[in-house]
Amino acid sequence: MSSPASTPSRRRGKRGRGSNPPTPQDARSPPSQKRRTDDTTSTGDLQPMPTSPPADVQSPGAADALFSSPPQFRHSAIPLDFDISSPLTYGTPSSRVEGTPRSGVQGTPVRQRPDLGSVRKARQVDLHSDGLAEDIVATEQSLGQKLVIWGTDVNVASCKEKFQRFLQRFIDPLDKEDEDIGLDLNEPRYMQRLQEINMVGEPFLNVNCDHLRSFDENLYRQLICYPQEVIPTFDMAANEIFFDRYPDSILEHQIQVRPYNALKTRNMRNLNPEDIDQLITISGMVIRSSQLIPEMQEAFFRCQVCAFTTRVEIDRGRIAEPSVCKNCNTTHSMALIHNRSMFSDKQMIKLQESPEDMPAGQTPHTVALFAHNDLVDKVQPGDRVNVTGIYRAVPIRVNPRVSSVKSVYKTHIDVIHYRKTDSKRLHGVDEETEQKRFTEERVEMLKELSKKADIYERLALALAPSIYEHEDIKKGILLQLFGGSRKDFTHTGRGNFRAEINILLCGDPGTSKSQLLQYVYNLVPRGQYTSGKGSSAVGLTAYVMKDPETRQLVLQTGALVLSDNGICCIDEFDKMNESTRSVLHEVMEQQTLSIAKAGIICQLNARTSILAAANPIESQWNPKKTTIENIQLPHTLLSRFDLIFLMLDPRDEAYDRRLARHLVSLYYQSEEKMEEEYMDMAVLRDYIAYARSYVNPRLGEEASQALIEAYVDMRKIGSGRGMVSAYPRQLESLIRLAEAHAKVRFSEKVETIDVEEAKRLHREALKQSATDPRTGIVDISILTTGMSATARKRKEELAQALRKLIQSKGKAPSLKYQQLLDDLRAQSDTAVTKEMFEEALRALADEDFLTVTGKTVRLL
Amino acid sequence: MPCVGDWLNSPLSIVQGIFAQNVPNSDWEKKVTEYFKEKLKENNATNWVPSLNDVPVHYLKPNSLVKFRCMVQDMFDPEFYMGVYETVDPNTNARVLHFGKYRDVAECGPQQEIDLNSSQTVTSERQTFYCVPVPGESAWVKEISFLTELVLFCGFLNPQFHAYVSASQARVSPSTSYTPSRHKRSYEEDEDMDLHPSKQKEQHMGNSCCSGGDIHGCVEPKRLETEASAGHHVISPNCSPPLDLNFPLPGEKGPACLVKVYESWESFKVNDVLEVFGVLSVDPVLSIVSSEERDSSTLDPMECMDTAEEQRVHSPPASLVPRIHVILAQKLQHINPLLPACLNEEESKTCEFVSNFMSELSPVRAELLGFLTHALLGDSLAAEYLILHLISTVYARRDVLPLGKFTVNLSGCPRNSAFTEHLYRLIQQLVPASYHLRMSIESMNHSRFIPHKDYAANRLVSGLLQLASNTSLVIDETQLEQGQLDTAGVHNVTALGNLITWQKVDYDFNYHRMEFPCNINVLITSEGRSLLPSDCQVHLQPQIIPPNMEEYMSSLLTAVLPSVLNKFRIYLSLLRLLDYSISDEVTKAVEEDFVEMRKNDPESVTADDLHKMLLVARFLSLSAGQTTLSRERWLRAKQLEALRKARLQQQKCVNGNEL
Repeated sequence: MSSPASTPSRRRGKRGRGSNPPTPQDARSPPSQKRRTDDTTSTGDLQPMPTSPPADVQSPGAADALFSSPPQFRHSAIPLDFDISSPLTYGTPSSRVEGTPRSGVQGTPVRQRPDLGSVRKARQVDLHSDGLAEDIVATEQSLGQKLVIWGTDVNVASCKEKFQRFLQRFIDPLDKEDEDIGLDLNEPRYMQRLQEINMVGEPFLNVNCDHLRSFDENLYRQLICYPQEVIPTFDMAANEIFFDRYPDSILEHQIQVRPYNALKTRNMRNLNPEDIDQLITISGMVIRSSQLIPEMQEAFFRCQVCAFTTRVEIDRGRIAEPSVCKNCNTTHSMALIHNRSMFSDKQMIKLQESPEDMPAGQTPHTVALFAHNDLVDKVQPGDRVNVTGIYRAVPIRVNPRVSSVKSVYKTHIDVIHYRKTDSKRLHGVDEETEQKRFTEERVEMLKELSKKADIYERLALALAPSIYEHEDIKKGILLQLFGGSRKDFTHTGRGNFRAEINILLCGDPGTSKSQLLQYVYNLVPRGQYTSGKGSSAVGLTAYVMKDPETRQLVLQTGALVLSDNGICCIDEFDKMNESTRSVLHEVMEQQTLSIAKAGIICQLNARTSILAAANPIESQWNPKKTTIENIQLPHTLLSRFDLIFLMLDPRDEAYDRRLARHLVSLYYQSEEKMEEEYMDMAVLRDYIAYARSYVNPRLGEEASQALIEAYVDMRKIGSGRGMVSAYPRQLESLIRLAEAHAKVRFSEKVETIDVEEAKRLHREALKQSATDPRTGIVDISILTTGMSATARKRKEELAQALRKLIQSKGKAPSLKYQQLLDDLRAQSDTAVTKEMFEEALRALADEDFLTVTGKTVRLL
Repeated sequence: MPCVGDWLNSPLSIVQGIFAQNVPNSDWEKKVTEYFKEKLKENNATNWVPSLNDVPVHYLKPNSLVKFRCMVQDMFDPEFYMGVYETVDPNTNARVLHFGKYRDVAECGPQQEIDLNSSQTVTSERQTFYCVPVPGESAWVKEISFLTELVLFCGFLNPQFHAYVSASQARVSPSTSYTPSRHKRSYEEDEDMDLHPSKQKEQHMGNSCCSGGDIHGCVEPKRLETEASAGHHVISPNCSPPLDLNFPLPGEKGPACLVKVYESWESFKVNDVLEVFGVLSVDPVLSIVSSEERDSSTLDPMECMDTAEEQRVHSPPASLVPRIHVILAQKLQHINPLLPACLNEEESKTCEFVSNFMSELSPVRAELLGFLTHALLGDSLAAEYLILHLISTVYARRDVLPLGKFTVNLSGCPRNSAFTEHLYRLIQQLVPASYHLRMSIESMNHSRFIPHKDYAANRLVSGLLQLASNTSLVIDETQLEQGQLDTAGVHNVTALGNLITWQKVDYDFNYHRMEFPCNINVLITSEGRSLLPSDCQVHLQPQIIPPNMEEYMSSLLTAVLPSVLNKFRIYLSLLRLLDYSISDEVTKAVEEDFVEMRKNDPESVTADDLHKMLLVARFLSLSAGQTTLSRERWLRAKQLEALRKARLQQQKCVNGNEL
């Protein structure tokens, strides 16, 4: 074993803030001396103790032999008693690793882990003061092999060995994570990770605690309870394996293990005093991050008399200035040399609990995070992150001038690992982003539910129970909530197929359209609610903003982008202005948003379903007019809706009676019954979330046939009367609806019954919205061209009648406009409106028969 | 004379006693709350406790038991504190255990040190709420609750309180109590007062004696003005800008308080109205500690965790924002001091009270109707609807739909006659909390309606719409002129619309919005139909146009006996809390009726109308003290609705002719 004095290890802030030149041969200050200037005598003895050279790793006996020695000199170095056994306080464990002889390695520098040790809990460190340590150590010693770090049940050697075994052997072919691109799941996962480190050179090893737990429950528990002691041991283990395998590898510093996904705590609200000093994972949203704070890790002092230098390490946030120079014994001669001291980066971040975790009616909690070194500036305000770290509570310092102390602790989390939860969204990787985990019972219960024959009806009923009837509309919305299967045809040149179902509700005011929208908005996790009146194109899509602080251009996303993978509810769709509506064209078919603004050109994903509600233009639905005429929306937009429902007030006695009963019950129903329905809402939400993320039905053979037939039938119906009643878009709608219905059943295959229901629903919606009011026949061209075939015919007839009328007037070169209209009205047996008349005039003008100038009509 | 022990003046010594007795086990905490619960159960004991609402902080003894009626405005992060800690005397090595509960500062003797590493230390958790007095609380609520304390006259136990009581007695009208001047005081002044308490007290006594004879308090504002300007003088040299106490409504007064809750804080929500009993802590150390921390922040990066703003907000000077360490807290169903605080049916006393009042309900209703008819210039239909509106409350929510809200739009209000202003004053006399929102382009564009989160200071900055349940919001649209609303204005109008339709306010958390359900009675006064949505529009038909509106209205108010006025107040608060049901039989009848109506006139009777009629029927029954719907009430409701609609129709015709 090489002498520690020759260890080339040194500490270095990443950004070289300390700007001290690397001094690998700085023999005057070996690591141990640097640490405790006061214990000069024991340094040599101390060094080998926690070191476990690779040779010993496989033989715990030998390691234990090493470990049995420390108590002997414990007595000689009383102030250090506790620190010895902790690999952490002893220095980063890796320092020992590289101390071992290794072929030609220059040695990889160690990096301190301020995330683990920056604030030590005083109680542990101050052990020596109450004189108990000796006893405990003694008893431990008698136990021989059972030697553990004081205050814990962690045995460094066995812990390390276990972790190495974990790294070498852990295989879980089933668990697929998004970061696992390029990993062979049947090989030890973390060995591949180490290989990656060797290639990429990023010396961090992320370890999923869940894996560790399934591998060794006890080790996991130790990690959670004593992260400060266990993680350095892990570091040590990982480095040993790594440098064994890749002895020639050159890394910036030694590998640091970063555990994540500790299951201990998920919610900020559940943090309590028991979590102090434990490894926790919480999720939240970053709301503020501080400037970078250089934190002194090691102070460099020089004697002004004899130029003797010494280094003092930070201890519980304080630097103890040496009062006496050890070399010349002058008092108060040591001066701090700033630019040779070492600093590490630190940043304070405020994390606020995510809105989903907040109980209703309370304000969100926040917690302070400290990020160190590499983790500084890794997150920006607004990011959703999962943070793994150690929870700390620090008593507010005793004020030297006041004897009393504030009895409150300050709490924060030292960050070990960040995991952004929404980063994937921008990259368009498929799959649900919310990693909603369902308990097994819940999944069982949902599956049980899905087997029920009437599940579709049941769910439809559970949707907005306070809104009466409108069953088909609810079914439509239900299918919209589930959505179709996403298909990718990029390689054949068509890009993504839309899987989202768009629905338009139109109808009389006061038929609870808004209420339905509100309900849906409250039900889905990523819903947005806007009103056509109040939103501009910019608010819907995205806008570019200049950040007042950085003068940087920032892209702010609007409602449509925010509801990616969710539902965007747009109320008062008809009141939306033209330019705003035009934005929707792209969103509703391509599911993307293109932006070219202020130098930022990009395409954002907006895979959102649109649920819109529109009022008729005359405030009351006119049954004598078509949908287009009633709501005055461009047919290009209308044809992008899969289902268009009319919400009309039915005039029917039985309906009225049921409605009345329903409403009356609403006004006095007991609390319990309401509770039941609330339960349903939670179940419904889970049911949908589960189906959306785990069920992905594909078309079966039979179903395909049925769809083809349905489509052919639809076209046939129309062609019989000389018009087309179906377009490929309708076929796509049918497919989507069928898929959604299969999802409702948790079925992986679309079957005929799904197609049947899709057909039925589609027909229902068509019947309501695309019926020609004059003939009572379903006519899809109302939606696609904005005019029914009969209306077109009528227009032609009128034009002909007008031509005849003008011709009958003889050779008069010009006619009075009003006169002509009156004549036409007198002649015609149906009412001729001014609009119709003008249209007829225009038609004739197009035929070069006449021209209209102001109020006179001139014949050509 | 009630006999009161130490528990009022030095509750901490009682806690110490209990703590010392039970020290090894942890159930001393339970025993403490039980002890105080018992004490407060005694006859009228709750009234002996001085209230922070009525008595200025500097008249209260630090570390005494106080009560505070307040609304939770914001919730801060939970804090960990030393529940139990140990002190060591470095000389003798003697160790003593202390409790840290109900304290801000861990106390120890002059020769002692706190052992932060003791194994005996117990870390516990508590939650801090930022509480403000109930926004828009009517003057009469303050006055009456203060007078009940006066009557019991327990102040003699606490000399300072006693001094205040006698001072205010001389002044007669406690509603113009100290509060206006107090948040303008710098704490220097307070310290000054601490040094010469007697002098200060005398001064106050003198002041109040001077103004004592003046019942109407005309002199009062002048005096306050001079005092305030003097206060400014003192502040200006070294004080930072005055602390924003974050009241939801502009012009509010009273102490804001940091309420530290030790138990079941999950059950409290933002905007809940609480009555807390707890230990008052105004230790000046609190502010000193924070200022020193700021100084030393350059030394220690640990301390600069919070920004300066956050420091200011989260640990304001204790003299301005006192701390209350809660021993007992309860949510209040209402803040009407004329009613028993909680109305559960087990207690015979409340039962008695309710049944007594119910027996004389109909004359009270008749009188109230008469009173409101006069107030509404002789329009009895509008008065009827106003009663229904005033007793309406959101009693349940079905998925997103709030049930029981009854927003009335009183259209046809005479313009420029200060009618709406006076109407509001009358309503203010009747309801415990209210706010008058005068809509104008200016106010819509420039006021803050929606509370938003200030991340720099880490607090929820309040807005006009952060109101407690059952607050009456009177929106006056008659002052609105033509003009351009800017973005903020549009947001504000949308927020008002949301409030009315869904009874919720979306608080702005910058990165996301959070929905907070609320229960606010909105009354809109307008000339024509309001631009805001409403549940029911009543067109006012004045029978008399008084030449002098002010005289007319004030004479109306003086004509009502105080005892009758109190009955009105009880009436409105009590009926809101009653249960209600509809029998199957009546359900059938309603069904029939609805079907019949639809048959006759399907155009004009919609589901919406049925909603309205059911609401009217509900409140009509309740206003008569009936908890079930009867056939007669249903018919009466229909009749009322028909009358109202006919009036609207008529109005439309008139307008049509004019056009």
